[in-house]
Amino acid sequence: MTLTTENNAKKIGILIEFENGKIKKAEYGVITAAREAGHELYALVTETEEIDCRESLQIYGIEKIVMLSSKPEHLKQNPVRQAKAIIMAMNHFGIHTLCGLTSPWGKDLLPRIAAALDAPLVIDCLHVNFADNIAQKPQYSGKTVADIKVRGTYYIFGIRPNVTEAVEAPCRAEIIHFETNVDSKRFKVKDVKPGASRGVNLSEADIIISGGRAMRNTENYKILYDCAEVLNAAVGASRVAVDAGWVPHAMQVGQTGATVNPKLYIACGISGSVQHFAGMKTAGIIVAVNTDPDANMMRNCDYGITGDLFEIVPIFTRQLKEVPELNQL
Amino acid sequence: MKIYVCIKHVPDSAVQITLMAKNQIDESVTFLMNPYDEHAVEEAVRLKERIADCEVVAVTLGKEGALSTLQSALAMGADRGVFIKTDDPPDAILTAKLLATAISQDGLPDIIFTGKESIDSQGMQTAFRIGAALDIPVAVNVAALSLDWDSNQVSNQNRVLAECEKSGGDRDVIEMHLPCVIGAGKSLNLPRYPTLPQIMKARKKKIKQIDPDSLGIEKPLASMEILKLQVTTYKRKNRILEGSPEQAVSRLIKCLHEEEKVF
Repeated sequence: MTLTTENNAKKIGILIEFENGKIKKAEYGVITAAREAGHELYALVTETEEIDCRESLQIYGIEKIVMLSSKPEHLKQNPVRQAKAIIMAMNHFGIHTLCGLTSPWGKDLLPRIAAALDAPLVIDCLHVNFADNIAQKPQYSGKTVADIKVRGTYYIFGIRPNVTEAVEAPCRAEIIHFETNVDSKRFKVKDVKPGASRGVNLSEADIIISGGRAMRNTENYKILYDCAEVLNAAVGASRVAVDAGWVPHAMQVGQTGATVNPKLYIACGISGSVQHFAGMKTAGIIVAVNTDPDANMMRNCDYGITGDLFEIVPIFTRQLKEVPELNQL
Repeated sequence: MKIYVCIKHVPDSAVQITLMAKNQIDESVTFLMNPYDEHAVEEAVRLKERIADCEVVAVTLGKEGALSTLQSALAMGADRGVFIKTDDPPDAILTAKLLATAISQDGLPDIIFTGKESIDSQGMQTAFRIGAALDIPVAVNVAALSLDWDSNQVSNQNRVLAECEKSGGDRDVIEMHLPCVIGAGKSLNLPRYPTLPQIMKARKKKIKQIDPDSLGIEKPLASMEILKLQVTTYKRKNRILEGSPEQAVSRLIKCLHEEEKVF
């Protein structure tokens, strides 16, 4: 074995992602995880509208906030231009390590940046050791966890939402405006078609209630939505329900759907195939409701109730309404 | 028109994964075509059925066994195969360079299809790296695709509209000039099951085997190396809550509230 000098990055860039005009909650976990390395943290913001994010970012230890923009072609919703602008900022500020959320946006943007820089990229990290550039990530649909050593000039990591609890570390952040003139001649975003699923984004939800084969039709999902409203949860589904056309694919949890990592996952009438577990096995607490006590989900849950979901879920919803903590939301 | 489809031979999603060495899984399990790649092959074959003078070439990189996945693509309707055979499959950085080089040495692609990700390594990056290697645009998680093809046009005057699935089922409608890379998502189509005659016919189709060393690619400076794999186990409490539905639910809420403190 030969000893090599690691090019330890002194600055870590963090892609800041917004939702409804606010920084995504899961982002503070990413910042907290990156802070452990003890390097200077640069927040990279690509929103075109001026959003005052200084307060929220400096509470978590961000020292520099780089507001990226581009003229005449703006950055909004165009990942090709965003990737180019971010690379320019990385080079300008000497940022060699970049982190973002493993969200739909991150899954599109981080590999564009990595590909352009010919840099290593590990997506969906459960943990990153920034000193040695070793990332832990699930492979084989969560059946294994791999320790991946990355080597190169740049290091890019997508962090799975909710793996690190956000911890405050207040400091004073400086805002830096960074204007570019990037383009994307052969790639244009023409339109955005709104999706059919309502409510919270599955992959970053804290609580998810999912329905499977036992749901029987689209209308019956209402009882899950009623419950989700009280819990401030997202509603998911198993592959059976998606293939039957009861709910859109965006709601599917599992191997060929969303990978989720909530604090609480409530599986209603889901038998619990290997493929479904692939998408939700890292959930903090799993609750199963099933008429079949021998269903795989019932055998691999934290709390199970043997019973008909059409009876159990409405009772659950009604009783939840009486929990004072939930009513303060 | 020339379409390339990159496919990967992966362990069946239903199998148990066990380890052979600290960074190596036991490969004596059922392997098949990566599920997202089936959607990629299907879309390519559908274009071929619609467009005159269109060739679909399936490309894979892998060990000897990957030949069966290449055969599956041929049975689905691909015209021929390119097999980059290696006993030691490299990381995504080198894999993408090998695929891109093998493709450009074979012909001039108009569209390169891949699956949006592979279900084994789940690196979610090969499509983007192929695009970067060939300097062509990329869209992944594509749920719908439309193509205006005019064979009289030079390739880069032709365009595709790709609908890419985002969070909450939102779709970005992206226009790209050809050539481009399309990463197929699950909603793109329903892959066909080849019939027995199609499977038989596929055995006669040509497969070009390539030694990765012959592609003349320098070892990239950047790399990703798996140091260690661990089979995950999640210990669950497995407490079945007894009593009437009212009682069981009230016990559940007590557990979630007082013990687990989820709310």
